[in-house]
Amino acid sequence: MKMGMTMTEKILSRASNKSRVSPGDFIVVNVDLAYSHDSTTPLAIKSFYNVADRVFNPSKIKIFFDHVIPSPNVDVAELHKKIREFANKQGIDVICEGVCHQVVAEKFASMGQVIIGADSHTCTLGALNSFATGVGSTDIACVYATGKIWLRVPESIKIRIDGKPRKGVFAKDIILSIIGEFGGNGLTYKAVEFCGSLIGKLSIDSRLTICNMVIEMGAKNGITEADEKVKRFVNGRGKSVVSDKNACYEDEIAYDASDFEPMIACPDRVDNVKSISEVEGLEVDQVFIGTCTNGRLEDLKIAAKILKNRKIDKNVRLIVTPASKKVYLEAMKQGYIEILLKAGAIVTNPGCGACLGRHQGVLAKDEVCLSTSNRNFEGRMGHPDAKIYLASPATAAVSAIEGKITDPRCYL
Amino acid sequence: MRVWKFGDNINTDLITPGRYNLTTDEKQLAKVAFIEYRPEFAKNVKKGDVIVAGENFGCGSSRETAALALKACGIKAIIAKSFSRIFFRNAINIGLPVIICKDADKIEEGDEIEIDFEKGLIKNLTKRITLKSEPYPKFVVEIIQNGGLINFVRERWLY
Repeated sequence: MKMGMTMTEKILSRASNKSRVSPGDFIVVNVDLAYSHDSTTPLAIKSFYNVADRVFNPSKIKIFFDHVIPSPNVDVAELHKKIREFANKQGIDVICEGVCHQVVAEKFASMGQVIIGADSHTCTLGALNSFATGVGSTDIACVYATGKIWLRVPESIKIRIDGKPRKGVFAKDIILSIIGEFGGNGLTYKAVEFCGSLIGKLSIDSRLTICNMVIEMGAKNGITEADEKVKRFVNGRGKSVVSDKNACYEDEIAYDASDFEPMIACPDRVDNVKSISEVEGLEVDQVFIGTCTNGRLEDLKIAAKILKNRKIDKNVRLIVTPASKKVYLEAMKQGYIEILLKAGAIVTNPGCGACLGRHQGVLAKDEVCLSTSNRNFEGRMGHPDAKIYLASPATAAVSAIEGKITDPRCYL
Repeated sequence: MRVWKFGDNINTDLITPGRYNLTTDEKQLAKVAFIEYRPEFAKNVKKGDVIVAGENFGCGSSRETAALALKACGIKAIIAKSFSRIFFRNAINIGLPVIICKDADKIEEGDEIEIDFEKGLIKNLTKRITLKSEPYPKFVVEIIQNGGLINFVRERWLY
């Protein structure tokens, strides 16, 4: 009997005009949506003009300002200016309303697409049943010029999660546990397919969180099937794909969601994951809630629920950066922003915020930050001797109140 | 070729930290390479030196400035036990040779080596041993032979 194909293989075979593709094949695929941001676009512009004068199709390209917006200094302002000139000349939309991956999810993504972004966390969009992966500036420049990219078809790994998570355990805790198990290099180049009854129970926000972090195991993409929630979220855009029953997986791993606990990734590696009980009590200087990992509505909702009628510790700064304008507006409507402000938070404009250490919460030497973002590398958020711990928004909110890393279960 | 030795999981935030990653100018980027992690690197690196590292070199963000900074400061090649996917692509795309060698542990800081790119051999002159590298896939060889992705795309995909 003919071997079936995984979702990833089906999308890639459709986009490369082949009846089937297999892991290890080198193929040239047509890209459905391509994007870059203020940090990766400047170098891409340089490469682009070495290849072409005009982009292949401006409507399939989006450029986001999210990493450092508004510009904090002249150097950044000059780069922004250069990007705007390029986008205007090429007729490309410039979007300044949040982290690129979140805004793509809200406005542009559809099922079954090939999405290429010049940012490593492009893999987030696999939660909407697309093949989505990150590349660098030269790659995106060539996509902008030709509408095509070369890819090696990845081997697929199936991660099945059944059961119900316990109180205080969120999508972030689940993906951190998995990263801790596989390691930062454990799934390099693989397609990670998430399935099982838990996925259907999770919100789209939570699924985006899970797919967002597959790159922290080196994976090429994460992907889930499209159920009714996904179809509603993307307004029916695109054509959903499912993996064949006889598709081939390099490995299949099963988890029971009730086994997971609140987790924390300790400095300076994302795979340095510990149970929260091992780090409880460590004093923090800054708590950051936001990013393409955990700056969505349900993240602000749980933070607001915990912080309602409470104040953050006097020695802590709490910075909240909604992932997008849409998230920000809805959080205002629901009253979350008011609760957060009254609790003592600084709420910034939507974007990447403090995640990459260029503005809006840069850390000093030896400071400790508890962040809901996806990377805790040395120097990531400021001084190389600052320490970054990664956790769920619930853990972050509770720790901001206590002034030290705290198990969220005692507040829920 | 003189060796600069690094460990496992050298991420892009160590190579070109976000706060310094604000330029596309190669001369500027050359000064930024490992600016905080190994401040002596950018000052003392000489044209033709090589980096030898462990597993997962270049993990983290997609910033191509990481590969470009190393190329700009004179690094001739990077040898590692494994590379992150995006860094590997970025380096190949800009014509910076990245070589996978499972025996990279047998090369130490300051060793003198020679690389035979054609045969995929690394000669450690200091230790008098020869190590094998993993061959590139054919598709990747074609990009390398064109000097990077830009020329490859101009030759193959645009008429």
